[in-house]
Parts: sequence; C-alpha cells; structure tokens
Amino acid sequence: MTDDLFSLLSPDGVLSDAANASVDLRGMFSDMVMSRRVDTEAIALQRQGELGLWPSMLGQEAAQVGAGRALNPRDVAFPTYREHGVAWCRGVDPVSLLGLFRGTTLGGWDPTANNFNLYTLVIGAQTLHAVGYAMGIVRDGDVGTGDPERDRAVLVFLGDGALSEGETNEAFVWAAAQNLPIVFFCQNNQWAISAPYSVQSRVPVAQRAQGFGFRGVRVDGNDVVASHAVTVEALEQARAGNGPTLIEAFTYRRNPHTTSDDDGRYREGAMTDDWTTLDPIERLRTYLTTIGTDEDFFAEVASQETELSERLRAGCRALPDPEPASSFLHTYAEMPADLERQMNDHLEYVAAGEADPA
Amino acid sequence: MSTAIAHALNEGLRSVMEEDDKVLLIGEDIGRLGGVFRVTDGLQKDFGEQRVVDAPLGEAGIVGSAIGLAMAGYRPVCEIQFDGFVFPAMNQIITQLAKYRHRSEGRVSLPVVIRIPVGGGIGAIEHHSESPEAYFAHTAGLRVVSPSSAQEAYDLIRASVRSDDPVVFLEPKHNYWLKGEIDRSAAPAPIGTAKVVRPGDDLTLVTYGALVPTAVKVAAAAAEDGRSVEVIDLRSLSPIDDATIFASVERTGRLVVAHEASQTAGLGSEIVARVQDELFYSLEAPAIRVTGYDTPYPPSRLEGDWLPGLDRILDAIDRSFTY
Repeated sequence: MTDDLFSLLSPDGVLSDAANASVDLRGMFSDMVMSRRVDTEAIALQRQGELGLWPSMLGQEAAQVGAGRALNPRDVAFPTYREHGVAWCRGVDPVSLLGLFRGTTLGGWDPTANNFNLYTLVIGAQTLHAVGYAMGIVRDGDVGTGDPERDRAVLVFLGDGALSEGETNEAFVWAAAQNLPIVFFCQNNQWAISAPYSVQSRVPVAQRAQGFGFRGVRVDGNDVVASHAVTVEALEQARAGNGPTLIEAFTYRRNPHTTSDDDGRYREGAMTDDWTTLDPIERLRTYLTTIGTDEDFFAEVASQETELSERLRAGCRALPDPEPASSFLHTYAEMPADLERQMNDHLEYVAAGEADPA
Repeated sequence: MSTAIAHALNEGLRSVMEEDDKVLLIGEDIGRLGGVFRVTDGLQKDFGEQRVVDAPLGEAGIVGSAIGLAMAGYRPVCEIQFDGFVFPAMNQIITQLAKYRHRSEGRVSLPVVIRIPVGGGIGAIEHHSESPEAYFAHTAGLRVVSPSSAQEAYDLIRASVRSDDPVVFLEPKHNYWLKGEIDRSAAPAPIGTAKVVRPGDDLTLVTYGALVPTAVKVAAAAAEDGRSVEVIDLRSLSPIDDATIFASVERTGRLVVAHEASQTAGLGSEIVARVQDELFYSLEAPAIRVTGYDTPYPPSRLEGDWLPGLDRILDAIDRSFTY
C-alpha cells in the first residue's frame, strides 16, 4: 500500500537527489522534535490529572511539520483538533493548546493572530469554513496576481474519517466548482477511533479528488521533506489560481485516538510496532548524521526541548480558570437584557457560595 | 405607493449591499432566477455573480461557507429555499455559527444572516410549510427575528445584516405579497424589541410573523364584543422583549399567545412561563397558547383547521374572559 507514495527521504534516511537542496532540514528536524515534545508532555499532564483529555499526534510529525512549514504568513490554516505540529509551525504558543483540554477555554488563542484557526471538534465542519474563507480570498482579489506578497491560499486539515462526512464532500464540490485557492491536507492515519480506513472507502484517499474534479496527490506522510514539497507545490498552484488539491499524507496514528481510548480493543500492537520503525524523526536524524551534522545542533535541540517541557508544565498549571461571567459575556456581541439578568443571578449565586462555602 | 413584503426585503437587501461592499448573498437559485420567491430578483444582475452567489445544492455548504466568508471579513446573507430544508445545515448553525464567538472568547464575530421562508397556509407539499423557530430560539448565540409587514421586513433585514451576531431571519411566506407603506427615512428600532401594533386594555395577544395581520383582525372582531385587545408583534423571537410584554400584561391581566409552530416547548410556552414568573398576581386568568398541534405538519387539505386562525384565537380570548 506504500509503494505508490511520493517520497524523498527514505525510511532508512537516504535523501533523494530530487529533493530541493535549499529546504531547511535542520529547521524541519527541530520543529518535529519540539512538536513531539508538546505531545509527549501533554500526555504526561493528562496522566497527572492536569488535562481531561489529549489527542496525540505521535507519528504524524512529518506530515504536520511538512505542511505547516509550507504556509506563507498570509495563508490561513484550518486545523482539526490534532494539528499540534502545525500550530507549532504557525507560532501558536503551545501552552495555549492545552486550555481546551484542561477545561479553561473552548478556544485558547486568537485565530487571526497567526492565521491558525481554532481547533474544530466536529469532524469535517472546518472544511466548509475553509471553503468560505477561500471564497473571501477570491473576492479580495488575492489570488493569481503573481505578486507573492499578495496571493494567498487556505490549507485545511482533515483526517481519513472526515472523508465520509457529508460536509467534507460538500466542501469538495464547492472548492472544485469555484476553482478555489484551497488545499485539503488529509492525514490518512488509517484509524477513525476504532474504524480502519476500509470502513470509509474502497479507494485511496487521493483518488477520491478525481471524481470531484481536482488533483489528488499521495505522499509518504512520515517523510517530512516530501510532505513539505507536495504542500508547497499545491499551495503555489492554489495561490496562482489553479484551483484545489487534495493531499493524502499516508501515515499512522501510533497512539490511541485520545488518552481516553483503548486501542488494544481494536488493533494489533504489531502493526503499531511496524510503523514505529518508520518514525519520521529518526529517519531525518539518520540523514542529518550521515551528512555530518554537528553534535552541537542535536544538543541544542535537546536543550530547547527541556526548556519547552518546563514551560508547558508550568504554563499548564498557571492557566487561569475562566471568570464565571465569561460565558455570558462572549455569547453575543450585544448581550440581551434577559441574558444579563441570568448573568447577574448567576454571579450573585457564585458570590454567595464563595462567601459561605458550605 | 405600497410595497409587498418580498419587495421590501429586496429593497432592504439592495440598500445594505449598496452601503457595504462586504455584504454578499448566497443561496440556491437566488441569482438568475431571483429566488423561488423572487426576493433577490435583479440583485445578481446589478451586483454581479461574486456578490450574489448561486450555490450548489447543499445547505450545510451554504451556511458553512458563509461562516468562512465571515471569518474573512464578509457579511454573508444566506437564503435557505424552504423551512423544511434547513436541517442539513443545522450542524453548521448550532455547533459552529452559534458557538464561534463564545469559543473564540469574544474575539471573532460571525455576522451571518440566514433567511428562511417559513410557515404554512399556501397549499404546499411536505417540508414547505414548517415553523422551525423554536430550534433556533433554543440555541444560545443566535438571534431570531421575523417581520410581519413591509416596513418591518425592510427595517429588520437591514438591521440584521448590520448585526455582529448571527441572525436567523424567518420570512412568513404566506404574506410575501402582503402590501404596506414603507417609511425609508425612519431610523429602525434595534433588533431585539417587540412592538405594540394595536393598543388595548383588556387582553394581551402576543404573536409574530404571518399571524400578526390575523391578530389585528382578531382584535377588531373582539372590539365588536366590547373587548379591547392589545396586539404585540414579537418581531424578535430571540431574545424575547420581556419588558414590552410585561408592561402590557400588567395592565390587561390576560394573555393569549398564538403561533403556527407546534405547542410543546414552543415560543408560546416560554412567553407564558416568563409572564407567570413575573406577573403571577397580575393575571386574571391562566395564560393560553393557541398553536399548531404536536403532529407533523398535515397534508395541505387539512391545514386550514390545523393552523391557528381567527376563530381559534377568538375562542381562546373568550375562554380567558369567561375563566
């Protein structure tokens, strides 16, 4: 199933001559290591009771960092809830990813600050938001001008399970019919909780684009160089006005769906072991070592990792509980009078409880 | 010169599109055809296909893409072709549109308007006569409005497009061709307020949308029996303008609420609950709801008796006075 994948960095760490010589492999390595550290720390924080839940991205670092680093600052990313590596590449403070899972917020960051939208938990819903945003880019005239400072595109993330949602299929229809500047980046990690990809479809993900009328590309999602290259190319096509692309980054969800899931009930550990040998970080480490990368580089990354861990642990515990009024204040741009009454009743109730904690 | 409600909506949309080039329309058959009720007639010709977008068939796509357009700084007005066809869009409306401002901690507003022709009485086939307002009114984060006249249609559509909150805009399709005068110079009331359309002293009759003209006829008929009925047009179904209702019922001591939608957990139940909560000792009689029944909307040959009309509302008024 992996034979027809576009790849540039082999599992044993050999880089193809076809790879763009100017890509920042060290940067990619560092981003993957740091993203994995965010993931590992978050799982630990969940185990310690600091987070209610965490959806791990272990094994998907290459797909996410490859895609994330392909974005220009003015491009806009629409994530699912597992794009911790993309968030890292966009410069979103990783501590802010934790609030949603700690219960201190339902969002956590300003989606306009880094052009990284809020996590979307309803499977596939974000694909239509991305379509609408791409329609906005067209109406702004920011596509196909040839000015790299102006042209922009949307990169929307989805999983293999989302391909079965009606809304995703509507998004494909709209994107194709309007030739929108959008790239659908599907991490086919082969599992929608317990459902293997065979439950969703009989054809490979990328092949499904053809029926909608746009390109599908299949890439080794554990190869950061190839994932980056295909996303760069697809985004260039989108910005140039040449329409959408569906990228299938073929990878594997090595951890359970979330920390609440028990994958021992539906899959064999041996399969996960096989994919561990295809680890995206180790193959790039092998290559970087082969070309004589200085030990100091790896030491520096390791030291940044330690720093990040400490920041995540302290940052998580310091996340403030939301104010009792916050839900009321954020529901409407203008608060209705009746809601204001409800808020005041609630605040009075809360204050009474604090005054007399029976 | 008097104007039909459909034309008043068209005029209102045209005016906000002229004032703000971020306003655009999306819906099925709204461009070349002008919409199945012709509410958007001529707008694509004048504003172009980028601003009056003929959508692929897909209601989730209409609302979902409107959300994305709003994130990109636009003010989209969606048209859902018929009330019974809004349900494929409910996921986008409830889990995304209504919640996004809250999810973003107030950082991002989604100024999206969803226009839906609603209600029965036109002899239509299934799914073309429904009253889904309670679903929306129950959902925090949405505003729900319904115009009853040409003036209200013109004012409310303009105010809704300008609102930074998402607005579900329910158009009483039975009355699309009901004509009335429009004062285009008057500053419209902010959305969220009810209106006393006929003052009275003895009983308060609250309704909205297609039943407002009926309610005015009811009040005229009741007056012949010496009963002075005050008719309140809710205009805003969420939020509900309690103050206007309370001020009226405190004076009259009697309340009847009428709507086409089914009874259980409908707007009438909410209004009655609020009034008894606030004005228990002011009430001379139990508050009464006159509504559609708790069945699916019937075949159109039965709709005349199924819908609350003049006689059923008058009967309820009678029951209130003879309690």
